[in-house]
Amino acid sequence: MSRPKIARKSTWVDMTAFCDMAFLLLSFFILTAKTKAPEAVTVVVPNSVSSKAAEDKDQVLVTITKDGKVFLSLSEPERRSAILEELNTQKQLGLTAADYKLASTKEFFGSPINTIKSFLNLPPEQMKGTLLPGIPCVDSTNNELVSWIAAATTIFSGEKMNLMVKGDNGVAYPIFKNVIDAFKKNDQMKFQIVTNQEPIPVGSPLAQQRDKGMKQTQ
Amino acid sequence: MADLGEGGGGHHKKGPGVKKGKKLNTRVDMTPMVDLGFLLITFFIFTTTLAQPTAMKLFLPKDTDNPEEQNKAKASGALTLLLSKDRIIYYYEGILLPDGSNFKASNFGQIRQVLTDKIKTTDPKDLVIVIKPNANSTFKDAVDILDEMTINGVRRYALVDIAEPEKQLIGASEGGAAAPAAPVVK
Repeated sequence: MSRPKIARKSTWVDMTAFCDMAFLLLSFFILTAKTKAPEAVTVVVPNSVSSKAAEDKDQVLVTITKDGKVFLSLSEPERRSAILEELNTQKQLGLTAADYKLASTKEFFGSPINTIKSFLNLPPEQMKGTLLPGIPCVDSTNNELVSWIAAATTIFSGEKMNLMVKGDNGVAYPIFKNVIDAFKKNDQMKFQIVTNQEPIPVGSPLAQQRDKGMKQTQ
Repeated sequence: MADLGEGGGGHHKKGPGVKKGKKLNTRVDMTPMVDLGFLLITFFIFTTTLAQPTAMKLFLPKDTDNPEEQNKAKASGALTLLLSKDRIIYYYEGILLPDGSNFKASNFGQIRQVLTDKIKTTDPKDLVIVIKPNANSTFKDAVDILDEMTINGVRRYALVDIAEPEKQLIGASEGGAAAPAAPVVK
């Protein structure tokens, strides 16, 4: 009687499939990740329980920095040229087609209207929030943001404009109020505040409402 | 390595004189590559900011409404919150009494209790919260209190400019004198 032969099996595991999967996941994550553009104007936004993602199309964004400077940015390059054209016709700034072209490359506007020409010709390394004066919006007598929003309203006429405010935590309230006033003067009563999401406090009416809604859908 | 050590099992003994055919193993060990792949995945997951900014909607009332509509808020259902520096909230229910006796102080930690009490004791039809941030409050305070409205399910609230008597009261309570006692919240 002989011992039963145990077949010697190789323990080699083929890692190719595993490797394929790892790199598939890797490429997926690289492609879906949005590269965060280095922001020239840095603000730390407040938190809110709102869970609706901020729209990134047709955006008119008013940024308020910690030191109270106000900047305006539009998401589409062609709209940047258009808003400047509109301002030019309103205020007779003497801008040319070359200036409009320059404007479309600017990520934001942040200078008084009378110095807009020199602002447009600034080299990119000087396009930093800390170096620029911002749009004058300090008091109600010299609120140039009103003109900007008026121009934006005109170029967006008939289309949906996503008016947004992105303010730093430390911005003093009067500056925010001036921005709201600029919206109000142009009958822009609807706007959004850019925030970071935070969890809904447990036991609050909103949490109860949400739980109820979930039960109903189940 | 993708296999457990097993001493050269593949060689069959062949008869004398039979030449060993050179067998090259074409298998490539993929383990380090997998390691590298997952390392990169981990790196990318950790470095990408998954949190997208959210947007909070705000509807402003028109300033030019006729005065009759503006005064629609019943005094009994009104709660006025005055935001001041260092995240202090002063508040009063209804109309501010001339002697300031219904003027109380609170803060962001306690204001939810105040709001909940107000909501419980008021007819939902009459409830209106008036928010008046003063010059010392910040954008964050304003957003936080608006958020508090959403959290507590308050439908009617307004962001209003602060009035002179209220400014004076805040000034008086912050200027050295003992501030009105904050309500005890359990």
